[in-house]
Amino acid sequence: MPTTYEPIATTTVGTATNLISFSSIPATYTDLRLVLALNSAVSQYANFTLNGDSGSNYSYTWMDGSGSAVAAGNGNNDTLIYLSQRTTPSGLNALFTLDLFSYAGSTLKTILTTNNQDNNGSGYVGIQVALWRSTSAINTINLNSGVNIYGIGTTATLYGIKNA
Amino acid sequence: MPSTYQLISSNTLSSSAASVTFSAIPSTYTDLVLRLSVRQTTATTSITARVRFNSSSSGYSFTILRSNNGTASSYAMSGDSYVYPGHTPAASSTANAFGSAEIYIPSYLVSQNKPISTFGVNENNATTIGNNIIAAANLWQNTAAITSMEILPTTSGSFDTGSSFYLYGIKNS
Repeated sequence: MPTTYEPIATTTVGTATNLISFSSIPATYTDLRLVLALNSAVSQYANFTLNGDSGSNYSYTWMDGSGSAVAAGNGNNDTLIYLSQRTTPSGLNALFTLDLFSYAGSTLKTILTTNNQDNNGSGYVGIQVALWRSTSAINTINLNSGVNIYGIGTTATLYGIKNA
Repeated sequence: MPSTYQLISSNTLSSSAASVTFSAIPSTYTDLVLRLSVRQTTATTSITARVRFNSSSSGYSFTILRSNNGTASSYAMSGDSYVYPGHTPAASSTANAFGSAEIYIPSYLVSQNKPISTFGVNENNATTIGNNIIAAANLWQNTAAITSMEILPTTSGSFDTGSSFYLYGIKNS
């Protein structure tokens, strides 16, 4: 059985930042998985873009639970994809995952994201499917925010998964 | 480049058991993944399983998104004693049906509170009972490295024969 699920790159944040970037992603895998263990430095939204594309080429459908209510929504022709439709409270440890399927192929790119933002019995848990309308292979993933949300100790790791 | 996602230990029950424990978890990984295929012996249709770390029964909280027999809901709890990976089939459920769950624990060695995701499913071939999808964001407010993990059935009963438990370690470099 071939080796699969390999770490491509990892970043541990030493100084709070608004950007974590994975570039020069090799095209030698089938799927990608990004795991973000976030130490949120401030309360804000986090988002991501692919290959530096800030055009209106992203769409998404999401649902989440707040602990008391279920919500769902969608958006299209957007310029980015939010990791969560909710802000992360300052000081929260949260977990986000992104699964990017067939990232090196020439079809449009489907991404599954999860957000796990429990804050001692409040917060949000959610799931989202997104589409990047590009036939290019994904070679760069930028985790962004308007402020320095990625606090000290935040760890982001990109894994490559082979299907053969 | 190193391989990762390695099996640390597994346990498939040849007889019913009141709990399953993975102890002496090595500190050589970055993240942990626990995968379960579970059925319980309690005389009901669907019932929760429980997980705790380092024998600690405090500091757990969660926010849940759930489909219960096709109805969506969300609820939350603080000051709890366990992580709940989801509902599982039990003695009154469809025979030989097992529920599946995955628990993801990032940065299990790091001295910080532990965010944990769980995703559990069970399906009973009945429209009104025993069918669940549960996604949960959990937080264990404890800064200790996780060295052991205990999986428990509900407060009474046992895990049924054939239940399986797999613990994987993931390295990020």
